[in-house]
Amino acid sequence: MSAGQDAKFFTRGKIQVRPAKRVLSLHPQTPASFQEFRQELQDAELKDKKFVKRKTVLKKIVANITMGNDMSPLYADVVQCLSVPSLDIKKMVYLFLVSYGRSKPEQIRYALPSLQQDCNDRDPLVRALAIRTMSYIPLPAVTKAMIDPLRHCLQDKDPYVRKTAAMCVAKIASYDLKILEKEEFFPLLKDLLLDPNPVVVANAVAALTELSEKTKSVSFGLDLQAASKLVVALADCSEWGQIYILDSLLTFVPQSTQDAEILTERIVVRLQSANSAVVLTTIKVLLYLMNYMDDRRAIEVLCRKMGPPLVTLLSSGPEVQYVALRNILLIIQRRPTVLRNDVKAFFCKYNDPIYVKIAKMECMYRLARDENAHAVLAEFVEYASEVDLDFMRRAVRSIGRLAIKIESLADKCIEALLDLIASKVSYVLQEAIIVIKDIFRRYPGKYEGIIPTLCENLDALDEPEAKAAMVWIIGQYANRIENADELLDDLLYTFLEESIEVQLALLTASVKLFIHKSTSETAKNLVHKVLKWTTEEIDNPDLRDRGFMYWRLLAINPAAAAEVVLCEKPAISTDTDRMERGALDQLLLHTGSLSSIYHKNPETFIRNVRGKALTDSPALNEASRKVLISLPPETHLTIETEPPPLPSRNAHPQSPSLPPLPSATITPTATAGLESAALSPDRLLNNNDEEDEQEDESSSDEGDAGSTNPNHGKNQMRDPYADLDGAFGSYLNDEPKPLEGRRLDDDLLL
Amino acid sequence: MASVVAILDLKGKPLIQRSYRDDVSPSNLERFLPLVLELEEEGNQVTPCFSSQGINFMHIRHNNVYLVAMSKRNTNAAEVIVFLHRLVQVLVEYFKELEEESIRDNFVIIYELLDEMMDFGYPQTTESKILQEYITQDAYKLTVAPTAPITVTNAVSWRSEGIRYRKNEVFLDVIESVNLLVNSNGAVVRSEILGSVKMKCYLSGMPELRLGLNDKAMFESTGRTPHGKAVEMEDVKFHQCVRLSRFESDRTISFIPPDGEFELMSYRLSTPVKPLIWVEAAVESHKGSRVEYMVKVKAQFKRRSTANNVEIYVPVSDDADTPKFRASTGSVQYAPDKSAFVWKIKQLGGGREFLMRAHFGLPSVKNAEDSERRPPITVKFEIPYFTVSGIQVRYLKIVEKSGYQALPWVRYITQHGDDYSLRTALEKGSAPIVPM
Repeated sequence: MSAGQDAKFFTRGKIQVRPAKRVLSLHPQTPASFQEFRQELQDAELKDKKFVKRKTVLKKIVANITMGNDMSPLYADVVQCLSVPSLDIKKMVYLFLVSYGRSKPEQIRYALPSLQQDCNDRDPLVRALAIRTMSYIPLPAVTKAMIDPLRHCLQDKDPYVRKTAAMCVAKIASYDLKILEKEEFFPLLKDLLLDPNPVVVANAVAALTELSEKTKSVSFGLDLQAASKLVVALADCSEWGQIYILDSLLTFVPQSTQDAEILTERIVVRLQSANSAVVLTTIKVLLYLMNYMDDRRAIEVLCRKMGPPLVTLLSSGPEVQYVALRNILLIIQRRPTVLRNDVKAFFCKYNDPIYVKIAKMECMYRLARDENAHAVLAEFVEYASEVDLDFMRRAVRSIGRLAIKIESLADKCIEALLDLIASKVSYVLQEAIIVIKDIFRRYPGKYEGIIPTLCENLDALDEPEAKAAMVWIIGQYANRIENADELLDDLLYTFLEESIEVQLALLTASVKLFIHKSTSETAKNLVHKVLKWTTEEIDNPDLRDRGFMYWRLLAINPAAAAEVVLCEKPAISTDTDRMERGALDQLLLHTGSLSSIYHKNPETFIRNVRGKALTDSPALNEASRKVLISLPPETHLTIETEPPPLPSRNAHPQSPSLPPLPSATITPTATAGLESAALSPDRLLNNNDEEDEQEDESSSDEGDAGSTNPNHGKNQMRDPYADLDGAFGSYLNDEPKPLEGRRLDDDLLL
Repeated sequence: MASVVAILDLKGKPLIQRSYRDDVSPSNLERFLPLVLELEEEGNQVTPCFSSQGINFMHIRHNNVYLVAMSKRNTNAAEVIVFLHRLVQVLVEYFKELEEESIRDNFVIIYELLDEMMDFGYPQTTESKILQEYITQDAYKLTVAPTAPITVTNAVSWRSEGIRYRKNEVFLDVIESVNLLVNSNGAVVRSEILGSVKMKCYLSGMPELRLGLNDKAMFESTGRTPHGKAVEMEDVKFHQCVRLSRFESDRTISFIPPDGEFELMSYRLSTPVKPLIWVEAAVESHKGSRVEYMVKVKAQFKRRSTANNVEIYVPVSDDADTPKFRASTGSVQYAPDKSAFVWKIKQLGGGREFLMRAHFGLPSVKNAEDSERRPPITVKFEIPYFTVSGIQVRYLKIVEKSGYQALPWVRYITQHGDDYSLRTALEKGSAPIVPM
């Protein structure tokens, strides 16, 4: 097809139409230029063979619309062109009407007769075009005028018109629901579900799904029979239609496990679609239906079938890969057997965009287990020498997390980290120190031998988180580090200029040092100096209060202080870092959507939207019912939620600005609480912070999968979304968490 | 679903836009690029979907334009992104190129396409073959004889009735792309074969086609024994014309093809592949003065095959200068823009191996900021008449009610994928290359 040459209209629209002296004017639509357009249109009426002249003028006008110039003053003149029997011209006038129709309610009546006439044109293309155009103009006059034509179009003999009309009903519903109810359009739309043409069925399904979210007078819930009929239509409708129909299957609540199984068998073949969105939507429906199945073999078969298509998605463009990866991260938490043996598919390609690489790395970490851990570690080590800083740091951090997750690999990970530290690259070094601190806590008494190596690099640390981690190590192991007092003394030199995070760490470390070496004169001086600073010169209330507390403690009962400050800390592990099962079930109802990319339920980032949850039925399997999350009562629908911040900030749970240690909320005793408070000063700083609260919530859910906790009921009264907290609270799920509360539900998570 | 779809230039200015829903004002498009820049500035990754002030932006990039969709709802992001890619595909098929100029040159028709391809934010018809039947450049023909878009809602929505060719022919291209990653110890860490069966179909009427491959699962399901090797495909994707239910029940690939060119199917195998072209390099660097490379290439496939247009990219550091090359075959060039030198070999016979040497000067003062990055060696190549998986077309049956004879032609080719890389450029001493 030959390329068009319409670009000239953009320049001509500016230069020819207006007198030359106005060329530089910022507002080209001066009356004069409109006058010229008008004149040109009128002139064009004479001797206009095949309407070429008028077409040219209209193109200029459309070009101006495209450039963002307001062409609405030409309304009357343009509408006049509707009388020209040219489809080309008609389309441009319609485009004009869609752009400006609503802004000229008093003039629309000039256009209506032609539009209505076109609704009865013998060409189905024109009929559909007319009805579609009218539905895009939300004016009462237009709506009223299209009622009868629309009714006819819904029953038109041409399927193209019917499928267009179905969408028109949904469109009108967005601005005038009442008239649709009054004129009884919903039954007509429902009739289209039985249309012989699958494309019409698909659009009717899409329209009805949307209407059912909007009004109670349309309910769209499928029973097995209706669902089966729709599934039959799947085979012949367009790929997009398949998505609408598959989506609608989520309204089918299986009453028996057989129902669910039958349906999965019928749709599983859609995994072979070339359209990635169809594949993901199919997976969504399969995952949903699996909640209502109890035949473990059948579930396993489905899990096996889902794997290869998911891997294939990783061969698509980076954007699709990204969507797939974010979803895979959820899917493999809920169904660990999916992709269990495919970790290699996630190895980064050198030219992958960084956001893809980061998402891949998260999946690799998640899929790592004894059998493949070496290969995964080798990859992480490779990534740690990448050019991109963000990626490189995450790689280092992942090595540490791997050490915490897989005990048999811890030695190798430490080795790798020491190699990286030896490279003396500042960023690598700082990340390494941060993760090593966690490794110490995971394997107490095992790797402290490397402390001297760490201490050698003290001067290179300039980032608060890394510095705080190093200070913690020095304080915690002050009894093993001979020159701990000297090191701390050096660090304290800049105490007053440090960030609060480091100051808190220094305070606690000094106290620990004093307790470890209470006989040492330097230690005594040190702690005295720090306590004096914090209580007298520091304005930050958290730091000051903690200073006072330590001071009293040390003054009143040094022995008790030792017990408090050096109490045994719960070991950490990443075993429980999976998202809550119930929250996962809920989030997976949104597979493929924005929600699944942000890892947040839609009601948390969209106003006035009702959340989704699994519906209880006799078929719902026991494990899913146990963690079932019920939706808040509908009266809370209008509660406003904060618009979410940019997702990329939230999307990566390990971003350095987040609280470093989650242990704070779970530690059982007050004393431990104190200790961990020292570790994660952020908690003290922002204890009204949204995320903090959520974290509390999810961690209290830990032991009992979130059903019988008394706090729960209370929260529910206060906040209708309390139940949902798990979904984003455990958003920090990649952070290590205490060993307690490990749930042995692996067997439930096929 | 999308509320607004737009194409922006690299400065973030909308070149063309279409609003489908009133819940998002098109004026939000102006925020797109500033948001992207802000994210970049803060050191965050610009992901394909992000949200700001309640509006979700989904975008892809093509040449010198962004394609952006905005939504306020919890949109099916996979659907929107695939749609944007499809939009690119359609516009490219209409105008050959999609870039600022071609958009300006064809804005009226793009409006028409946007109106037809999406309705109320729901993707509709995105097959350019079908769209071209009723949205054309010289649309005045339509006023003479308005054609109904029958095919849009036809039972066979991808093919029109009444197509006629004097000579009925079908061309099949089986193309396999190999992706692989070799670690520094020479082990293949990851390998996959991405296969694609492309078709050029010049057939009259409504032909029924059946394609037979040496598909292992097919033989298993029918209980027949294959002559020769059968191939186990891990995942198969089909064009929507293929009857999936037939494939599911007995692995038969039966379909009524669209007219002209299309991708019938794609498949993936992750069976381990021996690197068809092996490359390793010994690097000897003398910090502050020079660096030397010895590169060895080996064609590890049968003698009767030949790899064409082999290009081997060996990374060198950015500050290298005064290149000197000596190769036993082919030609070598320095490609500073890619931080590599390229060894080009027009034809590389199976089983052959060659050596080349490269010598670069290095500046005496080393940039302290330079971290030790080690990009892999990458290779480009194509091997005609050969599929690495061993897949073969056993038959292509064509049945049309008029009973014409049609000729199928089949071509095979194996080539590099988008990631054929070897981390085998090693500092000398760590793993010596045995000279030939």
